[in-house]
Amino acid sequence: MPAGGASQTQVQSQLEPLLQPHGTMAGYDSGGFFCEMMRPGQPQHPTLTLLMARLAALPIESLRRRAAEAERDLLERGITFTVYSDATAIDRILPFDLIPRVITPAEWNQIETGVIQRVRALNMFLYDIYHERKILADKIVPAELVLKNAGYCEAMVGFNVPFNTYVHICGTDIVRDETGTFRVLEDNARTPSGVAYVVENRHMSLRVMSDLMTGLRVRGVDEYGLRLHNAMAEIAPAGVDDPQVVVLSPGIFNSAYFEHVFLAREMGVPLVEGRDLTVEGGKVWMRTTSGLAQVHTIYRRISDDFLDPEAFNPESTLGVNGLIEAWRRGAVAIANAVGTGVADDKAIYAYMPRIIKYYLSEEAILPNVDTRICAEPEALAYTLDHLAELVVKPVAESGGYGLLIGPHASKAQLAEFRAMLIADPSNYIRQPTLKLSVSPTLCEDGVRPRHIDLRPFAVTGKNTWVLPGGLTRVALRAGTLVVNSSQGGGSKDTWVLA
Amino acid sequence: MDTVPQRHKVHLIARHAEATLWLARYMERIENMARILDVTNTFARDADDTRNWLSIPRINGDLTEFYKKHNEATQRSVGEFYLLDMDNPTSVQSFITGARENARTLRALISTEMWLQINVFYGKIRALNAATISADHFTNVCGMLKDGVQAHSGITEGTLYRDQAWHFYMIGRYLERADQTTRLLDTRFHSLAPVSDAGDADIDAGQWNALLRAAAGYHAYRREHPSGYNAQEVASFLLANTAFPRSVGLNLAQIEWHLTQLRSRYFLRMTAALERLDQLNGMMTYEHVAEVSGARLSPFLDYVQGEIGRLHQDIVETFEG
Repeated sequence: MPAGGASQTQVQSQLEPLLQPHGTMAGYDSGGFFCEMMRPGQPQHPTLTLLMARLAALPIESLRRRAAEAERDLLERGITFTVYSDATAIDRILPFDLIPRVITPAEWNQIETGVIQRVRALNMFLYDIYHERKILADKIVPAELVLKNAGYCEAMVGFNVPFNTYVHICGTDIVRDETGTFRVLEDNARTPSGVAYVVENRHMSLRVMSDLMTGLRVRGVDEYGLRLHNAMAEIAPAGVDDPQVVVLSPGIFNSAYFEHVFLAREMGVPLVEGRDLTVEGGKVWMRTTSGLAQVHTIYRRISDDFLDPEAFNPESTLGVNGLIEAWRRGAVAIANAVGTGVADDKAIYAYMPRIIKYYLSEEAILPNVDTRICAEPEALAYTLDHLAELVVKPVAESGGYGLLIGPHASKAQLAEFRAMLIADPSNYIRQPTLKLSVSPTLCEDGVRPRHIDLRPFAVTGKNTWVLPGGLTRVALRAGTLVVNSSQGGGSKDTWVLA
Repeated sequence: MDTVPQRHKVHLIARHAEATLWLARYMERIENMARILDVTNTFARDADDTRNWLSIPRINGDLTEFYKKHNEATQRSVGEFYLLDMDNPTSVQSFITGARENARTLRALISTEMWLQINVFYGKIRALNAATISADHFTNVCGMLKDGVQAHSGITEGTLYRDQAWHFYMIGRYLERADQTTRLLDTRFHSLAPVSDAGDADIDAGQWNALLRAAAGYHAYRREHPSGYNAQEVASFLLANTAFPRSVGLNLAQIEWHLTQLRSRYFLRMTAALERLDQLNGMMTYEHVAEVSGARLSPFLDYVQGEIGRLHQDIVETFEG
């Protein structure tokens, strides 16, 4: 939809001169990367054109003043995560870049349908591996990759969950390559975080950048709590009229506590800790001022291992004794289900396009980053020939351990890695070195291109709903591809156009 | 009063009820400390400095801890101990840390405005240092602390949803006010009043001023008793006068109302607390206070303080079972 009622051609012709970077955008050069604002080689969306014109008209001093306001606002509101070192606790904010990242309706359509497809496949895969294991019998995914996986949970075998939904909340990490193609980098199917920032970033935009948004049709993000609560109510044990939902948090010292508060507030349900819950008579109860009250659905933000000392880690003080047994007996619903970690594993990721095809007879709407499994001879041969250009990752490791980034490796490192790869090819996958898309970002030396990614959030009870938006993380340091908050990453408001 | 029509039952987590009591109590303690520091600062100038400043550690039962860190009670040492010292559990640093931690625990229940103000207030208090509390800034710092708590009280009044949590919040505030008034009266009275009842007239009017000002009751007392000070009348004013916002009697009466509300609207079993309160309320009359004047006042105040502590326990224990 063109803004302000003018036709698309009119808007475009009026703004043609502004398409050239000037003013605030002066000196902006996205290099060889795909820029989410400029869209080289794509028909320009009128809203983006208008947005760029408004941005260009803002003096840089105004942007800086607003950025300072936003930073102070985040600190005052306590939209922070706590970093502990020695005896001190420091509240850090996730830096907010006030230039939004825009997603057009056509792009969103692909992301939304792609995420829904992927969540379906993840849930079907989880059902299958915890039941008939057809996909293993058909040798689509190597059995040992699943059954020996750290995220695989024996207690889940043969257990049925409502609607066969295991992954109720899913965060799919998506990047965009230099051709503008969206690709999934990672699935987060355990307890993905960041959705609070999606909503808070929008509120921040409305506070400090409302003039930028005037008249633009950006889809709202306020529905999340309602949708989440509905899904949590759907999965509650059958026959409960008005199910009691709670958010289970490790407590105020957890770095994601701010988000746990957000989720409880937005759903209008109690935010509890393990010590507030108890299992008696096979049911789960919370300790209230008027005694025990039954709990029907738990949205837990505690990882599998800590959920129930009786079932898993006996050292855990965060969990609830007997919770898993009560769950297995159908007295309570837990979201996400236990044992979903096997589905968002790096090794399984490589098989996701095949998993989608196997269950849904469809091609993946959102392709993976081109990932090859070195266990396969053809892939191994190519990998060995092009080692210096590729990223090679061991499948069993996480957190970036033991991986090779070819272009950054020395000759000796390459030789050493080559030997390891030949010795045990099935332990490795390989990917091309990513050229993540960039977005104009306020930096010390002006508005500059910085790499970004996107994490949309999907909520699934009976059906899947995707929040129109997502967490756009931005690598604030020049040249770096790492968007993680621990590595100096920040975030942006994400505008899905209507 | 009608109960709020509910589509479904809204529960309050027991731990959150307790955190609400503590949030209110910590915030009250900050204001109370600021009042005492400010009044002492104002009235200590011409008097024996050490004696006046020492009354603050005495009120708080901190003499031993205070002398572990400081040799002498002065504006500087007492100011540091109560405004800056993180290790001292009765410093405003500890109070605001406790308040904020409880507010954080309650973040999903309290209003965003309440949280925001506490968070900003916390930042201001944490930023205090030896230079910012020096003699020429001392009154300003006390003013900042009082303003902060009063802003908090106003925001709470205007934004906190009045369900169970609000009742517990108000009970916490009134418990703390009742407790602080007994402490103030006890220590000042104890240190000022001669052992016999005879020497009322000898008591320095400035000291009475200070006591009443610390309790925000100076002008009201003057209006009620324009002829002058009398130990008996001051004690009655602080304990039994139900028009005075910080009197023990008024605060206990308000606690009773909130407990009754919790019982009738939310069906909480408050039997032990209400019974204790009933007895305690019976003692906060002019007649009874007259009976415990003089040397009998201090043991009576100790007893009331103990009962206020036990009242807090009674309330918490109703949902610990």
